Formats: sequence, C-alpha cells, structure tokens
Amino acid sequence: MELLLDSLFNGVAIGSVLLVAALGLAIVFGLMGVINLAHGELMMLGAYTTYVTQLIFKLPILKPFYNSYIIVSIFLAFIVSGVVGILLEKTIIRKLYGSPLETLLATWGVSLILQQFVRSVPLAYGTGLVISLIIGLFLPTTFPSKIKESINFKYFKFSSWIFAALTGVITSSVISSSISKISRASARNVDVTAPLWMRGQVEIIGTAFPKTRLMIIVITLISVIAITLFLNQSAWGMRIRAVTQNRQMSDCLGISTEKVDIITFGIGSGLAGVAGVAVSLLGSVGPNVGGNYIVGCFMVVVLGGVGNLLGTVLASFGIGIMTDLIGAGRLLSIWPDMPLPLSNTINFFATTSMARVMIFALIVIFLQFKPTGLFPQKGRMVEN
Amino acid sequence: MSLSKIKFDKKIVLSFWIILIALIIAAPTLLPVFRLNLLGRYLSLSIVALGVDLIWGYTGLLSLGQGIFFALGGYCAAMYLQITSSSEFPNNIPEFFALYGVEKLPFFWEPFRSPVFTFFAIWIIPALVAGLIGFLVFRNRIKGVYFSILTQASLLVFFNFFNGQQKLINGTNGLKTDVTQLFGQMVGSESMQRIFFWITATLVIAAWFFAKWVVKGRFGNILIGIRDDEPRVRFTGYNPVIFKTIIFSIAGGLAGISGALYTVQSGIVSPQFMTVPFSIEMVIWVAVGGRGTLLGAILGAVFINYAKSLVSEALPASWMFIQGGLFILVVTALPEGVLGWIQGDGPRNLLQRFGLKRKIETYPSLEVNSKGGE
Repeated sequence: MELLLDSLFNGVAIGSVLLVAALGLAIVFGLMGVINLAHGELMMLGAYTTYVTQLIFKLPILKPFYNSYIIVSIFLAFIVSGVVGILLEKTIIRKLYGSPLETLLATWGVSLILQQFVRSVPLAYGTGLVISLIIGLFLPTTFPSKIKESINFKYFKFSSWIFAALTGVITSSVISSSISKISRASARNVDVTAPLWMRGQVEIIGTAFPKTRLMIIVITLISVIAITLFLNQSAWGMRIRAVTQNRQMSDCLGISTEKVDIITFGIGSGLAGVAGVAVSLLGSVGPNVGGNYIVGCFMVVVLGGVGNLLGTVLASFGIGIMTDLIGAGRLLSIWPDMPLPLSNTINFFATTSMARVMIFALIVIFLQFKPTGLFPQKGRMVEN
Repeated sequence: MSLSKIKFDKKIVLSFWIILIALIIAAPTLLPVFRLNLLGRYLSLSIVALGVDLIWGYTGLLSLGQGIFFALGGYCAAMYLQITSSSEFPNNIPEFFALYGVEKLPFFWEPFRSPVFTFFAIWIIPALVAGLIGFLVFRNRIKGVYFSILTQASLLVFFNFFNGQQKLINGTNGLKTDVTQLFGQMVGSESMQRIFFWITATLVIAAWFFAKWVVKGRFGNILIGIRDDEPRVRFTGYNPVIFKTIIFSIAGGLAGISGALYTVQSGIVSPQFMTVPFSIEMVIWVAVGGRGTLLGAILGAVFINYAKSLVSEALPASWMFIQGGLFILVVTALPEGVLGWIQGDGPRNLLQRFGLKRKIETYPSLEVNSKGGE
C-alpha cells in the first residue's frame, strides 16, 4: 500500500511538471493549430527568470523578503515568457497563419536563437532587454483613449519605445554592476536554491514527501484552476473558446481573432514560464533545459486531444504515472513473483531512457485505436 | 514556368555532364584531403535531403525523424565493418564487447558477417522500418503537425534505445569504422576515402535520377495531389495510405544509403545521428535549396553544410544564430527556397523592381508560353 502511494505520488509529481508545461502548448495548439517548438525555450526563460529573481532578492535591499522570492518569480516568469511569446506571435507566427508546418520550422529557428542568446549574452543584459520589451509593448496600451485615437499616436508609441530602451539600458547596467555573477556570459548551468521553508520533507500518512515536489504540484493545481476559470468564466475566455471551435464564424460575429490570438499565445507562453519555475526547482538550469521536457509535452498534447483541458490533465498524469511505474521497475516490487520472461522484460525497460521508449511505443499503439487522442473534437468535417 | 521545362540545347547538356564528371574524377587531386572528406560527407548528406524533398516537397509530409533511417543505414554498414575486422580480438567479436564482458555475439549481428546481406540491409532495413512507422501512422489518417510530432517522438525512442544499449551496440560511444578493414585496406586510409568519394558522387547522381523518375508521371502526380488536397485524392478513388507509405519508405531507404556513406567517411556512427536537431536540419537544407525541386535539396545540403563548417571554424558561437535566422527567413520570406525562387518569378520580379525589365501586361502564363515556344 505504502509502495503504491509512493509510486502514485512520484507519478503525480512527474505528471504535474508535464501538465503545467503542456497546458500552454495545448491551449495554443487548440486555438491556432500551431505546435510551438520554442515552448521548451520559453520554459528555459522562466527558469532563468527564477534564477535572476533569486539573485536580485539576495541584494541587501530585498534581503528581508528573500523567502518569498519563489512566489514573486512565478509571476515574473509568467510575464517574461508571456511577453517573449507575444513578440513571437506579432513578428513571426502571424505571418504564417494557415501553414502549421512552416510555423513549426520557424519556431524551431526561434528556439535555436533563444538558446544561443542565453549562452552568449550576459543574463544582466538579457534582463534589461526583457524589461524594455515589457515596457515598450505595454506602455502604449496604458495611455488614455484620447491619445490612442489621436493621429499622433505613433509618435507616442515611438517615444514610449525610446523610454523603454533607456530603462532597459539603465537596469541592465545597474544589475550587472551590483550582481557580478551574471555580468558575464556563460554557458554553464546555474542552480536555483529553494528558500529554507521549501527544503526538507513533509510526512503524510507515514510517507515522506519532498516539499519542492509538493510545491510543484501546488503550482500546477493553481495554474490549472486559474486557466479553467479564465476560459470558462471570463469574456476573453469565452472568445478564445469560440475561436477554437470555429474561427471564421467567430470572426464574422465580431470577435477580434487577432487579439484572441495574441492573448492566447501570451497566456500559453506565460504558462511555459511558470513551468520553467517548476523545472528550476528540480535540477540545474541550462540553455538546454527545455529540451528535456518538450517532447513529453508534445506527447501529452497528442494524447490528450485538441481543445480539451481534461484530456491534457489525464494525459499528463497518465504519462507521469506510467513513466514512474516502468522506469523504476515498480511493477516488480508490487508483484514480486511474476514469471521470469515477464520480469526480464520489465527489468530491461526499468531505466529512465528505456521507460521513454516504452511510453512512446504505448502511445503509438494507443493512437491506433484513438487517432485523435482521448477527447477528440466533435464535428462533421471531412478533415480540416 | 520552371527551369526543368526549358529545353536546353543537347550540346550544352552534354558538355555540362562532361564537366561535372571531369570535376568528380579530378576532385581528389584538386582538393586537400580534409576538404575532400568534407565534400564527400556533405554529398552523402544530400541523398538524405533528396528523400526529405520527396516526402516533404512533393507529398507534404514533414518528417522530423529522418535521422532514424540515416542512423540505421550507418549502423548496418558499421556493424559489417566491425565484424569483418574482429578476427584478432578475443572470441572473434568486435573489441568493445570485451569492455562490457559480453562473450557471445548478439544474434542480430550474425547476418552482418555476409557482405551481400549488408549491401541489401543498408537500404532495405531503413526502408522497412520507415514503411512500418509510416503505415501505422498514415493508416489512422494522422497527418500534418501530428505526423511531425510523432516522427520526432519515434526518433527519440530510437535514440534512447541505441544510446542505452551498451552491451548490444556500444551505446553512446557508437561504432568506429575508420580503423576497420575493408577488402584488406583501412577504411580511414586516404585511398579508400578517395574511392568512397567517387562512390558517393555516383550515388548522388543515381539517387537524383531515381527521385526524378519517382516524381515523374502518375505516381508523382498522386503525390502532389496528396500534398495539395488529400481528401480529394481519396474521393477520386486512390488510397493515399499506400502512396504515402511507399514514398516514406523510399525516403527511408535513401536516408539509409546516405547514412552508410556518411558513416564510412566520418569514421564513426553513434546515436548522435539520431538527435532531434540533426533531423530538423535536414529539413532546412531542403527548405533553403527549394522544396519540390530535387536539385535544390542536393545543393542546399552541400552548401549549407559547407557554410556551417566555414562559419563554425571562424566564429563558433554565431552558427546557431545564423541557422535560427535561416529557419525564420526561409519560411517567412523565401518559402520556395533559392532554386524555387530562381525557377519561379523571383528574378523577373527583382528586375522589374529596378526597372530593368518590362512589366508583364497580359495574362502571365500566355506571355511566358509565347516566349518559351512550347
């Protein structure tokens, strides 16, 4: 029983990282038919945001609040990845609307650039750049509507970008002079240390659970609840669902599909950032950190079906629990005296990498019976 | 109006081929050994690019898993070379087995003692694996992005499998071929490399003609039909699954040949051939060269790889930026690729922009046809 609980917990922990990472991917894929290969790199940005936030909270001014940095970094990571995602949508993905394979390739290009960017640009300057992007994109939207409608709005926009650039330069020089660790470029992995209250273990029903894993599960839970509420209760959520179901019709009915695309992509990317925070708690952070999770996320999306959050949730926990069951060879300990050939097979697959082999094979077999995932979209289209 | 439809003078075509063949024969004396080896490798990569062009450019299937078949071909060749040169090692089995305490040759190595079997295995095994994967996927009408993601997942399956199995195929270290013997000669030796270069160049031309033959006629038309409107092809009475499976396994076979040639020239085959970035790179060669042009795939593979090695020698960090930029640029600004741009209306539009060429005033296709004289 204890063993089963342990296994279930491990599976849920693996699954919840997958879930928070795949959630954004699934929403964007459902809406735009775009698989974002740069999703892993957006996660990486979130992880690096956590690292930078941690360093900033070590500065004397913010030292008293150090313990809360992880909470702050969740929001910051959401904003940073979200803004980069919005920029990506505005500059590249919008041009490729209707050709998903080309989008796939373009986002791969973006992911290469982001990886190399982290390697060869100091994090301090990266922070400055991101801050100026945030200001430049959002400052014009805060102007009163009188200015927005005036003919000179483009000058206001332009001047706000200049202001943003200046702020970025100032912050980056301040950060690079006060935190020497990130003033030079480095391709080495960095480590995020959890605050004191998150270290150690908690005992529940006689079994010890590491606190960081529990924290990840909590983060995932909050993200899922928040996104479900947003999609089902808010006006924009309704618009997003409408566009997911039928883009042309929503467009005809006066929904601004352009805005819906931006918002969805921003939220999806932001969720990748939150996933990055979770990932940074599990191990060291490097330019390739996203690559370890991304294919699992793709599998979740393929398995879960399009445009259905429940499918995503079930698929990620399913994959998580199966990974743990196979990868740790738990079936053997649950059923110790199984016949020899069977136990040999299970031993053969009882490593992390071989468990992946098994899982993917199982997914391909599953898709033979349910080609459109667990919860296919209903409709009578021939094909779209 | 495409370049391939313009009738060249027979003399021009003949002299082009004579020059090309002369260049291939003379290349080993013209180029230093290192550059010759690089050229040979890139030429062998252009065969896998041809396969990508067949499935992506003509049939519209974006596979991100061609590395599987590439590596399988490479492993077939390397296993044969390892096993034929293992006579001086204990138990008459390749050297690396001793490291893991394996004394008996794993069963699937046995057939590779035979050169005839290996010769066929290099292209038939990848083709069969591709056919199987393709059939399982296409049967369920999984297509588009789903297909790409599933091929990428299968790539990772194979990567993890080959990477983890030290006792079977030396895992992450891969199989070395440059110190093995073939017909009494070192594979890595200069004279052997020269022969491999010639074989590669010949096979590239052969593969090019083969691919041209495949896309010619009704079969090719159906492929293009599948790319442009698959439901309509199905409603017309064709079964797209069969055609897609066939073309996917042809591409797999080409990838296998390419992998074997690449392996003997680079001296090693390892699971690194099955990493995700490498397989996506293959797509960008075709995209830059021009998809659906075949020749573009060959040129793209050779030139991009040459550029990669030159840039990486000079500025190692910048290649990733350039490559990333290429991906974005080619899909947003130059979707037909360089060769497609030249063959299409690209140069004409460019000249018109600078006022060097009169604008077409009548219906474009009429104008072109009256000049082309068809």
